[in-house]
Amino acid sequence: MAGIALRNVSKAFGMQHVIPCIDLDIGDGELVVFVGPSGCGKSTLLRLIAGLEDATSGQVLIDGRDVTQLAPAQRGLSMVFQSYALYPHMSVRDNIAFPLRMMGMERATVERKVADAARVLNLQDYLDRKPRELSGGQRQRVAIGRAIVREPVAFLFDEPLSNLDAALRVSMRMEIARLHQQFGTTMIYVTHDQTEAMTLADRIVVLNHGRVEQVGTPLQLYRHPASRFVAGFIGSPRMNLIEGPEAARHGAATVGIRPENLVLSDHSGRWQGRVSLAEHLGSDTYVHVDVEGVGALTARAAGDFDVRHGGRVWLTPDEASLHRFDGEGRCVTASEVDHVR
Amino acid sequence: MSSIHSRATARLALSPAVILLLAWMAIPLAMTLWYSFHDYQLLIPRGNEFVGWENYAYFLTDPAFLHALVNTLALVGGVLLITVAAGIGLALLLDQPIYGRGIVRVLVVSPFFVMPTVSALVWKNMFMNPVNGLLAWLAQLLGMPAIDWLAQAPLLSLVIIVAWGWLPFATLILLTALQSLDAEQKEAAQMDGAGALARFRHITLPHLARPTAVVILIQTIFLLSIFAEILVTTNGGPGTQSTNLAFLVYSQALLRFDVGSASAGGAVAVVLANILALLLMRLVGRNLDA
Amino acid sequence: MAGRHGRNKLVFTALAWVLALLVFFPLLWTLLTSFKTEGEAVAIPPKFLFFDWTLENYAEVWERTDYLRHLRNSIIISLGSTLIGLAVAIPAAWAMAFSPTRSTRTVLLWMLSTRMLPAVGVLVPVYLLFKQAGLLDSRSGLVLILMLTNLPIMVWMLYTYFREIPREILEAARMDGATPLRELAYVLAPMALPGIASTLLLNVILAWNESFWTLNLTAASTGPLTAFIASFSAPEGLFYARLSAASMLAIAPIVVLGWLSQKQLVRGLTFGAVK
Repeated sequence: MAGIALRNVSKAFGMQHVIPCIDLDIGDGELVVFVGPSGCGKSTLLRLIAGLEDATSGQVLIDGRDVTQLAPAQRGLSMVFQSYALYPHMSVRDNIAFPLRMMGMERATVERKVADAARVLNLQDYLDRKPRELSGGQRQRVAIGRAIVREPVAFLFDEPLSNLDAALRVSMRMEIARLHQQFGTTMIYVTHDQTEAMTLADRIVVLNHGRVEQVGTPLQLYRHPASRFVAGFIGSPRMNLIEGPEAARHGAATVGIRPENLVLSDHSGRWQGRVSLAEHLGSDTYVHVDVEGVGALTARAAGDFDVRHGGRVWLTPDEASLHRFDGEGRCVTASEVDHVR
Repeated sequence: MSSIHSRATARLALSPAVILLLAWMAIPLAMTLWYSFHDYQLLIPRGNEFVGWENYAYFLTDPAFLHALVNTLALVGGVLLITVAAGIGLALLLDQPIYGRGIVRVLVVSPFFVMPTVSALVWKNMFMNPVNGLLAWLAQLLGMPAIDWLAQAPLLSLVIIVAWGWLPFATLILLTALQSLDAEQKEAAQMDGAGALARFRHITLPHLARPTAVVILIQTIFLLSIFAEILVTTNGGPGTQSTNLAFLVYSQALLRFDVGSASAGGAVAVVLANILALLLMRLVGRNLDA
Repeated sequence: MAGRHGRNKLVFTALAWVLALLVFFPLLWTLLTSFKTEGEAVAIPPKFLFFDWTLENYAEVWERTDYLRHLRNSIIISLGSTLIGLAVAIPAAWAMAFSPTRSTRTVLLWMLSTRMLPAVGVLVPVYLLFKQAGLLDSRSGLVLILMLTNLPIMVWMLYTYFREIPREILEAARMDGATPLRELAYVLAPMALPGIASTLLLNVILAWNESFWTLNLTAASTGPLTAFIASFSAPEGLFYARLSAASMLAIAPIVVLGWLSQKQLVRGLTFGAVK
């Protein structure tokens, strides 16, 4: 087990600077999720840590040791790939045993470790099958099995659930969380899905254009987004972002308000608008409202809030929960706004 | 470290193939061009002097050249017409659920593996011979006079022989393409009320456009240089009636030993083939996302 | 509904079998003729199945001609050119599939373009070069030429196969601590072998049947079977039964190989444009 640190790491493909410069510390035993839109550099960053890409400059430290020049296998990490990358010509047993055999481990030890991994992952009945004879979820578990037998100092996951259907994704997510609790090993998990990030992470690293936008616990990011980008990315449904005169009234270029911080009323309030869509989820109702001069807003109401398409409603923002962002998208606090005034 | 290292390794791994092909392409072509501007007779060692465009003028104004050019195009066109039309038909048929499809496929594909000299001789003797050939016997059964195929219709005979060899190729490729057609597309069209004919016209045919183009262009490359079939059947004759460009250059070079004008002919053939090659590269290249 | 579909299937089956047998007929006829006596071979009306089956034509071809020598030449030339070609093509295709650069696409298309060079365009210089180098009428000369003409096809075929091996699997092997040699032995080779095998098969077939260079660059003794059959025609053209036996002997091995490789054939000959 080990902490991982990046020091001034940058990566360029030819003239294209995918990652300009990143510093990051990941604590021992932490589950850190890299999240961001596609092309934000999150996978590249993971591959830099794995050693599958060479850093253009900077250092990768594992447990304080500089591993920048080491080959992937020498870094003591395990990786689970998006496509699972199982060896198609080998049985499940051989797939899981492969890294151990590469270490030159004794046959008996290998067999014991494979059996252990299979038990942890419920793969006992499939050990003699080929990967193509398995379902998506089973393949995923084999890939994880191959990763855990090495007893790595840290696990790397590269969008491991993106090829699974929704229900399976939720259960595999729980399984990964369970494994993290069981082993307590450092994990770095890359995803573009903010829900996955919020539910799994000890800490989330939000990346955009190869830069770290914000690092923090899920709730920190949710409550105090450092930038307009993070505000829009974290949370579902998305935070309402309002520009123009309404934002200027609060001394910001953009103000943001989460759906649950808008109070809905059928008779009075700050903004008046017309309902374009009401999503009745049972526990909650998400109401999409077109407000003249402000734009389309989403508000959360109680599950029994009775409203339908075309209906007239009033919305009132909770002033204390308002997020203010300046012209460059950075978060500004209310006191700073006053100070500028 | 690793990627820089591997890039150098990659270049090293690639170089033998590139060097070999570069040499194979550049050296003989350069020699062909050089000869084509010189008076070079294998049997009469004269000065090999520079003669400018004379060889080209000689080759291009030879009535045999025009003949050969027309014959080349007729051979290519005739074979393409037969193989593509019959190939589409056969492919559509073999795409249906039939009993013993595996064996039918094997039967249809077999002619492609027969070497040109064998197929030409079998057709020439056992089918097209005016006395003992099966076709003569068939004509007789139908009360028609026997035809001496290779003397009376040498070009048509060659088209038939060559088309027989290439029909499997067209059929196999078109069949493969048909089998890759998404069944849901056809079902969607069926739900949209398209009848069998409309489905064929609006779904199947457009789907076959690309493989058909591939078939046409690849076959053209091979058909432009038909040689063995002519050599063992008609020897280009009677006269030059079944001489194509490849055979004309061959006879100039290795029968008349006129290296200069044969080279000019070779250069002309290269130019013609390049025009077609460009078309093919566009087509195949589009499919390549390297 | 079931009835209609069933009847359609019968109609299509009958039609397909008739047409397939028609296409196959020249080969079938050659096969039958090879078992006839010369007299029966030219009989009118033709004899289809009821004749005295004999093996004497095969015996005669075997004894009176140099069939074995030409067979050996064909094997040496087609296998030799393909194996040497593979030795050159595998690293090249490998490099382009796994370390593609900006020029990879251009290199591939350029290689393909060399295949489109018509043979007659270089017949004269190749003939003269071979004459000077003493390669005329030699097996090694043909091995060289056929290796060069098929090299682009081999590179392309291998490239399309190699490209289907997911990069992530190679990366997984690296993460799992496989050294380059072990990566090759345990991961790459097993995944690449099917592609290499079908490339080998198709190119052996192409080289076996090649009949421009084999006819132009060889005389009697070193010629492969294509040349053997071509020369067979002149003195013995009218001996149909013997010609048929010789023809069957020349094509049988490769037609069988062809049946085995027909699935890969499409992809190989269309340079991966049709799969």
